[in-house]
Amino acid sequence: MITAIERRLKSAALEAQEYVYLTASAIYAAGTRPRYKHDIWEQLDGIGFGSLTVVLLAGLFTGAALALQSGQTLDQFGARPVVGRLVSASMIKELGPVLTALMLTGRIGSGIAAELGSMAVTDQINALRALGTDPVRKLVVPRVLAGFLMAPVLTVVSDFVGILGGWVVARFTFQVNSGLYWSSVTKGLYLQDVYMGLIKPFVFGFLIVTIACHVGLRTTGGTAGVGRATTISVVAGSVAVIAADFFVGQVLFMLLY
Amino acid sequence: MATQTNQLTAKQVLNETGAPVIVFDHVQLAFDDKVVLKDISFTLIKGHTKIIIGASGSGKSTALKIIVGLLRADSGVVWVNGQRVDQLSEQDMMPVRADLGMIFQEGALFDSLTVRENVGYKLYEETQLPLEEVDARVEEVLGFVGLREHIDKMPSELSGGQRRRVAIARAMAFKPSIMLYDEATTGLDPITATTVDDEMLKLRDLENVSSIIVTHQLRDAFYVAEHMAQRDRDGNVRIVRAGAAKEREAEFIMLKDGLIIFEGDADALRKSQNPYIMEFLS
Repeated sequence: MITAIERRLKSAALEAQEYVYLTASAIYAAGTRPRYKHDIWEQLDGIGFGSLTVVLLAGLFTGAALALQSGQTLDQFGARPVVGRLVSASMIKELGPVLTALMLTGRIGSGIAAELGSMAVTDQINALRALGTDPVRKLVVPRVLAGFLMAPVLTVVSDFVGILGGWVVARFTFQVNSGLYWSSVTKGLYLQDVYMGLIKPFVFGFLIVTIACHVGLRTTGGTAGVGRATTISVVAGSVAVIAADFFVGQVLFMLLY
Repeated sequence: MATQTNQLTAKQVLNETGAPVIVFDHVQLAFDDKVVLKDISFTLIKGHTKIIIGASGSGKSTALKIIVGLLRADSGVVWVNGQRVDQLSEQDMMPVRADLGMIFQEGALFDSLTVRENVGYKLYEETQLPLEEVDARVEEVLGFVGLREHIDKMPSELSGGQRRRVAIARAMAFKPSIMLYDEATTGLDPITATTVDDEMLKLRDLENVSSIIVTHQLRDAFYVAEHMAQRDRDGNVRIVRAGAAKEREAEFIMLKDGLIIFEGDADALRKSQNPYIMEFLS
């Protein structure tokens, strides 16, 4: 019994150690040569532009649903006109960053884990190393840079369409005047909220991609192993995003407010 | 200054006939409680072939991965081209790998790249060579393995044998002096396997490449040990039966439970009275 627990603890410690090592290697490699610029552009396009549809749809419907639910509640207090304030604050501070990150975990986290996992189980990673290419520079750095840079961009897009979705519901379901809605949107926002909404996605993007790369590169066990890696990447990435949302939020509250 | 002189001397020594290009000295490796290599020592001589045979799980592929730095030995010393490599970091290993070509089981081609991009991968990505030169080299090596017409295909469009030959072309594109073949013919039918064996012979005998062949396919092991490639007057390549001297340049190593239980040429292997070897050969 003790041996089994000991083995699990050792395995968890090893995973954590390997994750930290990969992350440190990726940060070092990102700042030094050689760089595979073509791969970086390809990933920026794939992760950024490629995720646009899913982020747009998720943001739009989240904003609309938020306006619908909160509008009904606010209506009971005669506060229908401030629905824009509630939608914008919720979207920019919390829902935009977190939901975008969760969408990215499902879309790019699983894709990266499956791609690198397939390469690992078919010896393609070893072939890269044997050919003199560092897999961290070639595969990890472009993905980490793309995730780190594109997550905030996609979050801003998601925030905007979320607020737009909220306006559609406010205008056509609750008959709130458009001018009133948009002025309420800006009135409810403080600069600190915007900072918080912009800083969080950098952390989320970094976490999603580094976890997916770590899980993908350590895949073993053939096609079943690739399936396992994909699941682990999505589950671990989602939990990491939600946990990081709390901790980063705490830190930012202390620093900004 | 003295160091420079010593390095030059070492390079000169490596250019001599009979120079040791790979030395494995009392190498040991275990994964947790499972000992894979107990105490392995052998030397690969320049231009010669070492054929490592043994049952699955006997540590054959592990030995190759240690040479190329994909795994690190627990103890012992490994030399490649006069450089001690068993303690080198991943970064320091890169220049050593520039002279090592490795063919993996199943080929390990990059499935999202075309044959051309696979074969020229190292030259396109890791060198500053002009594109025209790289393209010319890619076509040259694909011609060498007889697959020039497949240059724009994806690996998934090729047969198993063709994929292995593309893997050989990829490994030889940057002109390494040592080739490591990890089960290059496993899973292929005898006729296709012979085409892959012939590529190994051509590289060894026409390009003077030293090689280590890991296999449990005895037919292929003996074929490579007992044949040689030569060019006739018209420049055509022919595979012929090797002479006794040439046969001795191909040395067998048999691994069992992480230890070498036989080392010698094809003739000595056939005459071995070791019960395990006799059963393995039967």
